[in-house]
Amino acid sequence: MQSNDVTIISSKRGLFSFNFKSIWKYRDLVTLFVKRDFKNTYKQTILGPLWIVINPFLSTFVFTVIFGMIANISTDGMPHFLFYMSGNILWTFFSSCLNKASQTFLGNARLFGKVYFPRLIMPVSGIIYNSITFFVQFVMFFALAMIYMFSGANIHPNIYVLLLPILLFATALLGTGCGLIISSITTKYRDLGVLVSFGVTLWMYITPVVYPVSQVPESFRWLILLNPVAPLIETFRYAFLSSGTLPITYLLISFGVTVAVLFLGLTVFNQVEKNFIDTV
Amino acid sequence: MNDLNENCVIKIENLTKEYRLGVIGSGTLRRDLQSWYARKKGREDPNLRIGAKAYTKGDSFLALDGINLEISQGERVGIIGANGAGKSTLLKILSRITSPTGGEIAYRGRIASMLEVGTGFHAELTGRENIYLNGAILGMSKDEITSKIDSIIEFSECEKFIDTPVKRYSSGMFVKLAFAVAAHLNAEILIMDEVLAVGDMNFQKKCIAKMRELALDEKRTILYVSHNMNTIRELCSRCIVLDHGKVIYDGGVDDGIKLYFGGDNEDFCFHEYADGKHKQPCDRNDICLCSAKYSGKTDNIFYDEEQIHLELTWLNHTDISNLCLRIEVSDYRRLPVTAFVLENFYSGKKGETHTQKLRLDVSKIVTGGYYTRYVFYNKKSESEPFETVEVASGLSFRRRKSSFNENKWQKSWGCIEPDSGSIEIE
Repeated sequence: MQSNDVTIISSKRGLFSFNFKSIWKYRDLVTLFVKRDFKNTYKQTILGPLWIVINPFLSTFVFTVIFGMIANISTDGMPHFLFYMSGNILWTFFSSCLNKASQTFLGNARLFGKVYFPRLIMPVSGIIYNSITFFVQFVMFFALAMIYMFSGANIHPNIYVLLLPILLFATALLGTGCGLIISSITTKYRDLGVLVSFGVTLWMYITPVVYPVSQVPESFRWLILLNPVAPLIETFRYAFLSSGTLPITYLLISFGVTVAVLFLGLTVFNQVEKNFIDTV
Repeated sequence: MNDLNENCVIKIENLTKEYRLGVIGSGTLRRDLQSWYARKKGREDPNLRIGAKAYTKGDSFLALDGINLEISQGERVGIIGANGAGKSTLLKILSRITSPTGGEIAYRGRIASMLEVGTGFHAELTGRENIYLNGAILGMSKDEITSKIDSIIEFSECEKFIDTPVKRYSSGMFVKLAFAVAAHLNAEILIMDEVLAVGDMNFQKKCIAKMRELALDEKRTILYVSHNMNTIRELCSRCIVLDHGKVIYDGGVDDGIKLYFGGDNEDFCFHEYADGKHKQPCDRNDICLCSAKYSGKTDNIFYDEEQIHLELTWLNHTDISNLCLRIEVSDYRRLPVTAFVLENFYSGKKGETHTQKLRLDVSKIVTGGYYTRYVFYNKKSESEPFETVEVASGLSFRRRKSSFNENKWQKSWGCIEPDSGSIEIE
């Protein structure tokens, strides 16, 4: 196991010298962190991992009652439950990636203060953890959609379901990118952390999660769709439920924003990573 | 700087680390903006305490001030120095937790650092799972850990509990398991900060033996920081003394330790008083204390029921009669703990050098580090009051328990632990 690579530690670090190779070297650690997180989340619970399924069902149920039955917001003729569930699981995926990444520095300050491993391991393991959760929820959603379809509901999964991997990828990266930026700033300004949970809730309401884009007045629609999460959810719904329209231009803009946010996030993260332990 | 020559595994060039003094930012954006705006307008910073000076660029502190070192493969380097000398900062930079302000380090191979025992241990996971997690955090791959797991478990002496969550472990078991992982790391360079200071005596010995073995048989390089000079002596082949961010000594272990203690007689079992150092003013200078020594000891640590055998040697400047001695013990905050008083135990002639053997029963003093002060006094004649004839700061000593769990006493209760029979139901 003799390795002869010479490593240099110096004060200078390139603005964009992301060391992705080292994350691959630590891939076992990523797996272990994911396992640890599962174990930790469901320790001493009666239902254990069943909560992964129960959670979206409960919140979708609440959405259905409040927004569907009481506020009576249209769902483009889709079954209410499916409509809300589709928006809900994808939004949850996005917000959990964001939350997990935004916790990177402050949540792990103790560990980071004692040992070095690529700090990006944390958000990466967060993405994987949330992807697994999402996958389980998605299977539930898909099964439910099939049941609705065969009992004659007006849903038509189409060829765009093939976009799913790209959609998920973009969602995860967008959430993580935002999270990285927040995480970097919160090392110095703690009050931003309070803002985040509030901000994420607000963000959900300007995203078509509990209402379809078609319900937004025509003149505002472009504005709603400029929100990079909106076209992701709209496309997801269009592909699996054929609800609404496919906002192809906005989807591309969203991808562009994702790349930009992620790049900015990585750059800031990379700079803060060097010395954050001195300020935290 | 890829010119690491054949044997050299770590090369440190002109390394500096600067910390800003005082509060770094106010922690909230609003206040920082407020301060920034005020400074820009030339007004007083509203967030400064009245009278406090604004932070200026010059207020910085060099934790490391131009360190140059070359370390060869297989060396066991002990790093010592007073608190704040920069030891931990150096290790932190080497283990890439923080980055230097200037200078460069080049190293060959992998560095595994243990700045704390059980980093990343998770209470809910079992011992076995934690071995994997901790190993991975310290840079091992899953396969490497799997190939070593039996040996790790054996070393940890925790076989019976290996599939129990570590939250149910005793602190001793926890430490043993954590160290077992670290001792089996594959990295070519091992960095340890005072981690051997925990665990019971036998386990400490076992750890040191294991570290030596790694260095000697497998040519690993070890960097070890500690305040415990015994472990440094046992483990290290080379000693570096840091002081105020600079290397002030680099060489043999014994000389390094001597230099580190310099005039300070802390942590020593022998001290020679020279040119009035460590002496305090007294009423008459009738005698002169020459040396103090713990006989039969190589350190100043006293375990359990062990008693202090102290030898004091002094020279009589005049005829002396009915000399008394008070040995005052104070704790690390220099607060008095107790005193041992010996009255009228010696009389002697002018010019005589006398060595007095004394036995002190310190078994009731709880674990911790203690300072002492030797106060010699007597009366010039029967009718006169006591006057001090020699006052010197004495050898310090440390009290330890050999077993980890026996230590139920809390520091806040005081420094003297009465016998268990001291309180009884009447």
